[in-house]
Amino acid sequence: MATSLAPHRPGPPAAPSHGRTGALTARHARLRRRLADNALAYGFMAAGIVCFAVFSWYPLVRGIMLSFQQDNLITAPQWVGLDNYHHLFDDPLFWTAWKNTAEFTGLALLLGYAVPFVIAVLLNELRHFTAYFRIAVYLPVMLPPIVSVMLWQFFYDPGGGLFNTALRGAHLPTSQWIQSPDTAMISLVLVSTWANMGGATLMYLAALQAIPGELFEAAELDGAGLWARLRYVTLPQMRFIMLVLLLLQIISTMQVFIEPFQLTGFTDPSTITVMTLIYRYAFAVNNDFGLAASMSVLLFAVLGVFAALYLRLTRETD
Amino acid sequence: MTTRASASPATRSLISDQELARPRYRAAYFTVLTVTTVLFAAAFLFPLYWMASSALETPREFAAQTPTLLPKSVHVAAYRDAWSQMDIAHFFLNTVWYAAGGWLIQISVDVCAAYALSKLRPAFGKAIFAGMLASLMLPSAALLVPAYLTVSDLPLVHLNLLNTPWALWLPGAANAFNIYVLRRFFDQIPGELLDAASIDGASRLQTLLRVVLPLSRSVLAVISIFAVVGMWKDFLWPLLVLQDPDKQTLSVALHRLSTSTTQVPPTEMIAGLSIAAVPMIVLFLFFQRHILGGLSAGALKG
Repeated sequence: MATSLAPHRPGPPAAPSHGRTGALTARHARLRRRLADNALAYGFMAAGIVCFAVFSWYPLVRGIMLSFQQDNLITAPQWVGLDNYHHLFDDPLFWTAWKNTAEFTGLALLLGYAVPFVIAVLLNELRHFTAYFRIAVYLPVMLPPIVSVMLWQFFYDPGGGLFNTALRGAHLPTSQWIQSPDTAMISLVLVSTWANMGGATLMYLAALQAIPGELFEAAELDGAGLWARLRYVTLPQMRFIMLVLLLLQIISTMQVFIEPFQLTGFTDPSTITVMTLIYRYAFAVNNDFGLAASMSVLLFAVLGVFAALYLRLTRETD
Repeated sequence: MTTRASASPATRSLISDQELARPRYRAAYFTVLTVTTVLFAAAFLFPLYWMASSALETPREFAAQTPTLLPKSVHVAAYRDAWSQMDIAHFFLNTVWYAAGGWLIQISVDVCAAYALSKLRPAFGKAIFAGMLASLMLPSAALLVPAYLTVSDLPLVHLNLLNTPWALWLPGAANAFNIYVLRRFFDQIPGELLDAASIDGASRLQTLLRVVLPLSRSVLAVISIFAVVGMWKDFLWPLLVLQDPDKQTLSVALHRLSTSTTQVPPTEMIAGLSIAAVPMIVLFLFFQRHILGGLSAGALKG
């Protein structure tokens, strides 16, 4: 027991009667103990560190290197400098993919950002069926994405699909949905929003419930009507979470993949996105991993800006 | 109404209970409530109902010009054929196996790492933790290609993990979010408790298993649910690393069958979709408190 207590005592010799040798053994024991503790800790962390090193840290470095290489998995990788980037800039699909991704993100934000906010404010005021509302809005989030997307694929069917059947029933003009370049993008956004908005809604709801009730009480006593309370109490109190969700949604919607992949394919120029183009370069058409990696690096750089903003925002309030 | 207001003043929101008690507000409230209830049912429940019930129709009824909301007669044939002929059973079991193994590995790796970082506090622990957290800022898209190459030929040992469960399990274990949540939870467990255990002669591992883990049941439940849901929902990564049709997950197989040249009857395909959705819906109905609670707790720091 005596040795295990020794490390807790800081500074010089514990047992003066033994002189220098006592101090040395005490220091040795302390060092041994600390080494043993560290060894044990690293033993516990080993599997985790290896997983991160192999599947996260190393691929990041390799991805950046790869973007300057030509690599098709058959011949040995060759350094080609900025060739991949030049190729990208010369490929008209590259610009289409960025334009489409920006369009998807913009539309997805318009819907996926505003609608959940309105729904959350509404749900926060409804005092009945609260469990039902929460479960219903979150159900689509639980579905495997391929299920939501394929389900909507049936709904979008221009002939007997649910949407056109309903439109015909209401004597309204029908649409080609995903099969026409004019409506394909908004159709993708609609599925994606349906499938994902439950998360944002419930996060807004949690934030709304954290607003101190006294603020509304005080505003009401000061004569603020419903709109004034919404404008001067709710909105300012929600500023932080709205900003956080904005950044998170930009980061996730810019990586959109499964909707264009399943509904319109990775060759359709009207909906090709950055991610489906990466897939096309690496796995579907070109087998050019260097080209795909340089596209990934560019996406990483763009998303990095938003990630850094997010980090700063959440740090400051810690 | 007034009793409610005085009983729970903390739950006060935009509209006060007194205001709601006024007739005009009450009428507006119940109108909005009804409209919202119906809209939610139409938008979120009806598509699921349509999926489950369409698969019960005969292909002929499904293809008819005027859709029927209630199947004229119930046919489970589509479900049965999907399960056996489309081999959904096989892909279902694959997915269960990937999710179960992935859960076990993810939990053991992440719990051990978080325990060491929180309670053993080794040298460079902070730097390693920061490195792990940094990966949260890394969009998965950025790693897609190099991670695929890594999995196809592991550095140093040169193993090819493609078409093996390890290609899903090992990258999944590098989960910084889990480690962050677990570490924060472990930090709250008083050190005296662990000291007491070690004075009683418990090793570090025993302390973890007998003291720390039983105290962490709630957080372990949340992480476990998110691990299983995450594995079940994942699409792009399994699509890349499990190209052998025999090894595929349910999601990937459904995509492949939907684009293959052999035409699967639509009712059978929809039955397949339903089967893929059921475990997640059941899980959600059972654990909705955990899931919705974990969502708002972890949301801001994710």
